[in-house]
Amino acid sequence: MTASDLPGSGRGASVGARVVRPDGAHAPRTPRDDRRGPGDPQDRHGDVTVDEVALSAELAGGEGRAESADVAEYALWLGDDALILSQQLGAWIARAPELEEDVALGNIALDLLGHARSFLRYAGTYDGRSEDDLAYWRDEPGFRCAWLFQQPNGDFAQTIARQLTASTYLFELYTALQGSSDETLAAIAAKAVKEVEYHRDHAVQWTLRLAGGTDESRRRMVRAVGDVWPYVGELFRDEPLTDRLDGVAVRPSSLQPRFDAVIAAVFAEAAIELPAGPMSSAGGRHGSHFPALGYLLAEMQVLARQHPGVTW
Amino acid sequence: MLRQAQQPVVAAQRPVVAAQRPAAAAQRPAGAAQRPAVAAQRPAVAERAWAVAASVLDPEVPVLTIEDLGVLRDVAVDGDRVTVTITPTYSGCPAMDAIRDDVVLALTAAGFADVEVRLVLAPAWTTDWMTDAGKHKLVEYGIAPPSGRAAVDGPIRLQLSVRCPRCGSLDTREIARFGSTSCKALYECRACLEPFDHFKVH
Repeated sequence: MTASDLPGSGRGASVGARVVRPDGAHAPRTPRDDRRGPGDPQDRHGDVTVDEVALSAELAGGEGRAESADVAEYALWLGDDALILSQQLGAWIARAPELEEDVALGNIALDLLGHARSFLRYAGTYDGRSEDDLAYWRDEPGFRCAWLFQQPNGDFAQTIARQLTASTYLFELYTALQGSSDETLAAIAAKAVKEVEYHRDHAVQWTLRLAGGTDESRRRMVRAVGDVWPYVGELFRDEPLTDRLDGVAVRPSSLQPRFDAVIAAVFAEAAIELPAGPMSSAGGRHGSHFPALGYLLAEMQVLARQHPGVTW
Repeated sequence: MLRQAQQPVVAAQRPVVAAQRPAAAAQRPAGAAQRPAVAAQRPAVAERAWAVAASVLDPEVPVLTIEDLGVLRDVAVDGDRVTVTITPTYSGCPAMDAIRDDVVLALTAAGFADVEVRLVLAPAWTTDWMTDAGKHKLVEYGIAPPSGRAAVDGPIRLQLSVRCPRCGSLDTREIARFGSTSCKALYECRACLEPFDHFKVH
């Protein structure tokens, strides 16, 4: 089967199917590598072919089809949050303050991409779209990510402030979502919760370090917390969809007390004051987005759209 | 052309087949240190298929088999068809495609023509499934194995000492929370001054 046989011809480039491993250059040589002869196409770099990619099913979490448009829409929300945050963090690779942070942020991005693939694949089961259709062929108004995840990387402190709030929220969300009556959502959440717990830990460590570091690092950390804070409110806003999906979706407002308690503990230790001031009216769940999202999508989607069906 | 499962399944939804372990994966208590045990009543052919699949090495930590890692969850034989169930360590683990291909290659080389590899997320993988033999292999390879179980609670973690795989000292420190693969962190030993990888408790 070739790309031209596919519905929506050529939408076959895979999200993350050929993720660059953060450790790729240093991976130990294995017997698997030894089996490859010089003529093995996998040994060559730079080959670009246009054909169908068998998407990895590893992260799917279930063979079931999303049972309603509402469930699919909810999976889309969660998948978009993870996808956009993953794409943002990828931009730090080779630009972080130290090599270890390149690796750390790359690893976190990889976990998030895994979550995104699971959720988006599940979302697509309802109407027959693939994870690639959803990632590469929706325009900005079709995305449903919350504004926190769309906030620019900024300086390292801003990325850490975004990571702290995002991973604290995601940890509480996935903890609760494990109890969803939807088996696929529960399975993805049970897998993801352990990973975002580690992401949260990473962000907490950096928050403490920057807040307790030099005058400059503290100034930047405090400013960064203030900059991302207006976008926290959207995460806990109940929506008609989450009301309708009682038992399947997690009610956003139910997550706020635990989120507040964790943030309060971290801020107390870091001696950071909880920012006051109004929350943004952010409307990511309805397709109204922060100005930065369009540019991010342009970069993320350009390859798949310029060269439909490309693999590498 | 390799046969690959296009539609993975949640373990709990799988129909129970005679050749499978008596305890379906999903029925295991969460957090219990269990891994697939070969059932006494497993037919000889399923036994052999398990042994072949269990010999596949992890591409990123090549001293460990996928059985040692706890990635191999089930091997079922139904007539000519072998169905192997594996689970990813981390959600974005890039080694899963290689492992899947290697399982197919190993089983076809052993004479099983019809091989299907299924990937399941539930129950979620934990380092508690790593075998003791696997942990010993890691130490010999120079990687500190996971020990104990990480408590998922509270934003400030309690950090236990990690024993240096080279000199055995507990006087070690974490250099980086993320290492060469998703499953490892980077440490150094303050006694022998060697850096080493630590397979994180997960």
